[in-house]
Formats: sequence, C-alpha cells, structure tokens
Amino acid sequence: MEIPRHWRLRGQRYGLVGEICPHCEAKIFPPRDICPSCGQEAKTLYAFSGKGEVYSYTTIYEAPTGYEENAPYTVALVKLNEGPLVTAQLTDVGDQPIQIGMPVEMVTRKLRQDGDERGMLVYGYKFRPVFQS
Amino acid sequence: MIMTDIILAGIGQTPVSEHWDISLRELGFKAIEAAIADSGGLRPQALFVGNMLAPNLSQQAHLGALMADFAGLTGVEAVTVEAAGASGGAALRQGYLAVKSGLVDAALVVGVEKFTDAIGPSVEAALATASDSDFEAVQGMTPTAQAAMLMRRYMHEFDIPADGLAGFALTAHANGASNTNAMFQKAIKLETYQKAEMVSEPINMFDMAPNADGAAALVLTRRELLPIGFSHPLVRVAGSASACDRLALHERRDPLWFKAAQFSAEKVIKQAGITLDQTSLFEYHDAYSIYAALSLEAVGFARRGQGWKLAQDGAITLSGKIPCATLGGLKARGNPGGATGVYQAVEAAAQLRGQAGANQIAGARHALIQSLGGPASTAISHVLERAE
Repeated sequence: MEIPRHWRLRGQRYGLVGEICPHCEAKIFPPRDICPSCGQEAKTLYAFSGKGEVYSYTTIYEAPTGYEENAPYTVALVKLNEGPLVTAQLTDVGDQPIQIGMPVEMVTRKLRQDGDERGMLVYGYKFRPVFQS
Repeated sequence: MIMTDIILAGIGQTPVSEHWDISLRELGFKAIEAAIADSGGLRPQALFVGNMLAPNLSQQAHLGALMADFAGLTGVEAVTVEAAGASGGAALRQGYLAVKSGLVDAALVVGVEKFTDAIGPSVEAALATASDSDFEAVQGMTPTAQAAMLMRRYMHEFDIPADGLAGFALTAHANGASNTNAMFQKAIKLETYQKAEMVSEPINMFDMAPNADGAAALVLTRRELLPIGFSHPLVRVAGSASACDRLALHERRDPLWFKAAQFSAEKVIKQAGITLDQTSLFEYHDAYSIYAALSLEAVGFARRGQGWKLAQDGAITLSGKIPCATLGGLKARGNPGGATGVYQAVEAAAQLRGQAGANQIAGARHALIQSLGGPASTAISHVLERAE
C-alpha cells in the first residue's frame, strides 16, 4: 500500500475521527458522507471517545502478507459507546481471557509492516482491555 | 425483453482439486469444452467469466479475452465479472440478462479460479481484498476471521453448544462422497468434527470450505434456439436477482442477518411464482458453516437463531425437508472462489435433469441457488426449474 493512502486516513487511524449526522444525530464511523441511519448528507466531523466493548472476537494464526510477525493476534468487532461497530485488533491483553461484553479502549499501535526493515510501517488504532482499578 | 424461456442448454465442470499441472486458461477451457459439447455444439456470441483472484494470484487480468482466445472464440464479446465469492453467480446473471434481453442468442458463462498459483500469506492477503481495505483488511482481518466472529456471536446470542453447527459439515461430506468432482469424497463422523483442529476459534477445519482450483461452465440460450435433437430434459432460469448489503461487517446494524441473501432470495422466489415450500433443494453458499446457518434464516427456511437446528435435525439431508449442498456444497465439493456460483448452477441443473446419480433428489422441480460475496455483502440468487 502506498503512503498517501494511509496519510489520507490519519484522522481516523490516530484519532478515531468519524462524523455526526446534523439531521438525526447518528454517530458515524468510518466517515461516509451519507448517513446510514437517515440517508441524508452528513459531513460534520466527530471525534469518538475510543471507549467500547467487545461484540465478538477471534484469533488469526495464518496471517496475510504484512501481518505475519504479529501472528497469532486477536481481532474483534468493537461496539463503541457512541453506537457504531469498528473492526480492530485487540492488544495488551496479557493473560486475561477475552469475553464478549468486555470493556475496551482505543490505543495507537503498529498495524503492519511492508517489506523488509526499510519498509513502511503503518500505525493506527487497536483496542486494549480497560483495567479495573 | 424476450418472454420465452432461457434454457441452461449446456453444463460442464472440472473436478475441484489442487490442479498443480493445469493452468488458469487450461482449467477454464476444460469446463467450456464440456459445456459446449453438452449443449449439442451451440456457438456462443458472448462469454462472461466469473473470477475473483486471478489478478492477485496469477497476475492475470483481462480474462474475457484470455479465455475466449484460448477457447477458439476470438471475435466474441467477452468480459470478466467480479463480485468476490459471488463472481460465479454474477457471471450467470450477466449471461442470463444478455440472452433474456434478446441481444445475445447464446451466452457462455465460465467460472474459473486458480488458487494454487500462490501459497501462504499472499493468498490470505488476496482473499482479504474482498473486504473493506481501509477499515477491515488494514487491521489484519481475514474472511475466515470475520466468519469466526459471526459464529462466536451467533453461538453466544442463541446459546448454541460447541458442536451445534456440526450438521452442516456432516451433511456436506456425506453428499460429497458420491460426487466424483468433489474435493472431499468421504463422509465424516461427529467425533471427527468434535476433535478437529481449530482454525480461528470457534471455527474448526470442518467449519470452513477448502479453497481449491476448479472451473465450471454453462451455455444459455432461448428455448427456440436449441439445436435440433437436443436430448436433455429442459432446465430453465425461472428467477434471477442480485442484491448487496453494506460491504464491511462493522457497518451493519445486525451483523447476524444476511439482508442481501434475504432480498435476492425473496425476489427470485416471487419471479418463479412459487413458495419456499416448493423448492426441491437449496444450494447455499457454505463457505463457512455459520454462513449456511445464516443463509437458511435469511432466506426463510428457519427463524432467526434456528438455522443450525435444520442441520442438527437432518432436515437438510438428501431425504430431508429441504436438501442442501446436495453434491457436497462448498464444504465437500470445494470452494473454487469465482467458479463456485457456476458449480452450484451446474449441480442444480444436473438435479433437475435427473442426472445426479446417487445424490438425485426424486422429482426435483425447483432449485434455489445462492452465491455470496464476503459475508453476504453481495448475494446473487437464481431459481432453476425443470421446464415441461
């Protein structure tokens, strides 16, 4: 993948920036310009809190090109507190078992590496368990 | 639009396997050759190639010209049709539209996929291109992991036991045992399923169909253009529809409901002028056992959360209420990507002609076939009917 392609998405990758619909107030992530709830134009930016819970998850052992060095890794559908689901890896899980409904929060981590040690590194959001104090 | 019947005049297929010794073009040609011969030598004016991954795995695009050229059909209209795993169903629909419009007299549809030109991580990466590249694949997500997440959520919401979905693999393998074109021709036992190695929890190796090489082809024409002396029982396309859902799984309000599968099935059942009860068999897209369960529910054979019970109760076996995967389905026949939807049509046509051998559904009259791209991001349905 090329550099501009990731650069364009920096707002989403680093800040979880989506949109809020000015008509029906639906929170939208990723941004898509047409509100999935009411079908009207939605271009107002909205930064998500990054808090949510695990909707479902699994582990990938046979990774695609660019992700091999992370395997095995856990991927999830995370239900954000504001409503939308997001596809993301889980990280910093440690020994605790992952469960549906587990609270998680967004962090920024390395997603993939293209090519050798001189290849491009792509950073973006992952989610980690919210540690109970 | 022509009101006459559109007939599946010719059918052809190769075994689904790891064809290390056969190239993409040779594989496609074997199916084309068989289908044209089966049609009594009809000469197609248009070729629609269903393919999903050749540009990725074989560095070969432009399959319309490639296949037409290699099949000795230079001069015809020929294009590739791509809709991920639904590419085969999409190619069939384009062939149907072409002949139904009256602009093409005979259309050739070939689904062809050559997985074994690449191995390992590059295959996983190629398969992931069917999802949302910017927001799914970039996270290292794969189609199998998506299916695993759906299966886990399904089992969680509906409180399904660990081996609750075993019936899909057991049925598929039992049916594949007598299909000489199937990749796996051996029945399996419940214990085999229960002990199977995990691929991506809770998906084990029997919850997913094997990706492999294969090609299948169809010749479509209008009833009055059939060659003199055409000897097969007539199978017509009684319904054809395509629908899409939101591409990414996370964009769906209810990921456990295959809306596109529902929409396209509703349309074809209506077009065919039948009710679901009148379908003699259902060739669903069981790339994963969870997809089979969700398809049965979306189409209306089972209520939400109940699709797995049809498999557990034997309702989808050859003698059951609604036989599914009658020649092995994707699970046992194999899943050759963009060819799969064409295999479904070839197999359903064989059932309706009464040529399905040991797997024959007695008196089969209407077959529902459904080709899915991704987690039903695209769903293309057809009803094939034995014409009187």
